[in-house]
Amino acid sequence: MADLTTDDVLKLATLARLQLSDDEVAEYQRELGAILKYVEHLDDVDVSGLEPTSQVTGLTNVSRADEIIDYGYEPLDLLKNVPAVEKNLIKVKRMIG
Amino acid sequence: MSAWLPIATIAQKVQAGELKASELVEQALQAIASKAQFQAIIVSLDDAAHERAKDIDARIARGENVGRLAGVPFIAKDNFLVFGAETTAASNILKGFTAPYQSTVINKLEAEGAICVAKANLDAFAHGSSTENSDFFTTKNPHDETRVPGGSSGGSAAAVVLELTPFALGSDTGGSIRLPASFCGAVGYKPTYGLVSRSGVVAMASSTDTIGPLARTVDDAALVLDVIAGKDALDSTTIDRDAVSYTDLLGDVKGKKIGVIKEYMGEGLDQGVKACIEAAIEKLKAAGAEITEVSLPSLSAALAVYYIICPAEVSSNLARYDGQRFGFTSSDAESLDESYSKSRAVGFGKEAKRRIMIGTYVLSSGYYDAYYKKAQTVRTKIINEFEAIFAKVDFLLGPVAPMTAFKIGENVDDPLQMYLTDIMTVAVNMVGIPAVSIPAGVSDGLPVGLQLMAAQKADRALLGLAKASEELLV
Repeated sequence: MADLTTDDVLKLATLARLQLSDDEVAEYQRELGAILKYVEHLDDVDVSGLEPTSQVTGLTNVSRADEIIDYGYEPLDLLKNVPAVEKNLIKVKRMIG
Repeated sequence: MSAWLPIATIAQKVQAGELKASELVEQALQAIASKAQFQAIIVSLDDAAHERAKDIDARIARGENVGRLAGVPFIAKDNFLVFGAETTAASNILKGFTAPYQSTVINKLEAEGAICVAKANLDAFAHGSSTENSDFFTTKNPHDETRVPGGSSGGSAAAVVLELTPFALGSDTGGSIRLPASFCGAVGYKPTYGLVSRSGVVAMASSTDTIGPLARTVDDAALVLDVIAGKDALDSTTIDRDAVSYTDLLGDVKGKKIGVIKEYMGEGLDQGVKACIEAAIEKLKAAGAEITEVSLPSLSAALAVYYIICPAEVSSNLARYDGQRFGFTSSDAESLDESYSKSRAVGFGKEAKRRIMIGTYVLSSGYYDAYYKKAQTVRTKIINEFEAIFAKVDFLLGPVAPMTAFKIGENVDDPLQMYLTDIMTVAVNMVGIPAVSIPAGVSDGLPVGLQLMAAQKADRALLGLAKASEELLV
């Protein structure tokens, strides 16, 4: 299962929105294979009767009152880090062909 | 002689008018400049720090009570948002990003009169054990410039040991406070998961990320923790803090039941590190601690669990860096999709990409159950083993890492070898318990850290044991 093909790596890169060079594809193919092989020794751990844990302190469904909180942020200040702005809107490339 | 008094004393003297905040800030900035060759700092915040110090001095002159950290300068790891300052997480993709708001912990520290004077280097996005994954430069170990300071909070640990400021902030997702504390010879405190708000700190692996102090003494670390701990509406994973101050420490080891983790003392442990830990155990025994050897059989799986869960959460948290709303954007793209993949390709470093790829793999359809769900289930098994042990002993003890600070460049070509430096720290993060690294001596001139752990929410008890141990080990 741990042996990754070039196509596997390219598919992952597409899913992760990362453009990789040919060298990077070869490198990640090798490195990811080694890392996945290492983590495979979890196959030997007996977990029968156990449930997965995603939260360790036992909190569930933390919610707050549905009220507007004013943090004092200025919308224009928040837009200062945006690479391309037009009329106070975030400008992006064409989405549909 | 030490460059800084204990933090509580500094604050008292500033409040009493015997020390000026502006002089302390100047001392810190001069120290930063004179120790620049260690490259612990990404950017110093001269103007903002001077301004804040002037304000504090003026308030004290007017008779105001400024707070428990009055005039105390500190350094934040560069994954903490500090209002108006560049926050890069040592990554190219965030280069030039100016924080439009700031972390809850910085707000809390400033409310008690502390002054942030600089941002410290780290492995980009806190991915690493040496600061060699910083997209900018590698921090040098204060004890040997050819060696790493540990990571990912390597800049913060080096800063404290170089005495640039009395304390620094770090984050610990798999050992990133404790490992550099061990490699540099600082006290590094990783609190119970959820005890300190992460609002305004660049997210890495949300189910294990914690925030904590690096300092020169346990007392200093406890005071900082007391200021930053507690529930925060902006971080829904935060938990209630102790009603009693974390500075109210019962520094006595007599009768304390301490388990030495057998799995951490065996094969692969450097002999010099082992000798320091064994000497510490003997001193604790002589002081009246009840020490037994304990076994956590599933610990051998903890690193594999971590290196599935961490990249999975990393790949999800780093999805927000799309080059559209903030951060680096590629100018060479025709479509939105191309802009995403080119911006991320240029903006992310090698290790961030590696973790995004692994995370994407273990979360992808067909592999989710075999990797991610399996890791989460083994995580339950590890948690159960720790709970069973904490029914028998009050604390656990072991090394922080199997080795002392390694040479710069020694592990960079082998990511798996680099991951193995975290082998004794990650279980704590999987279980969500508090742990601390305190200096336990030197091996071949390099510091060795002693790791102490306690059950969830037993932070005050753990700090008490750390303080008592620190006195024994000095």
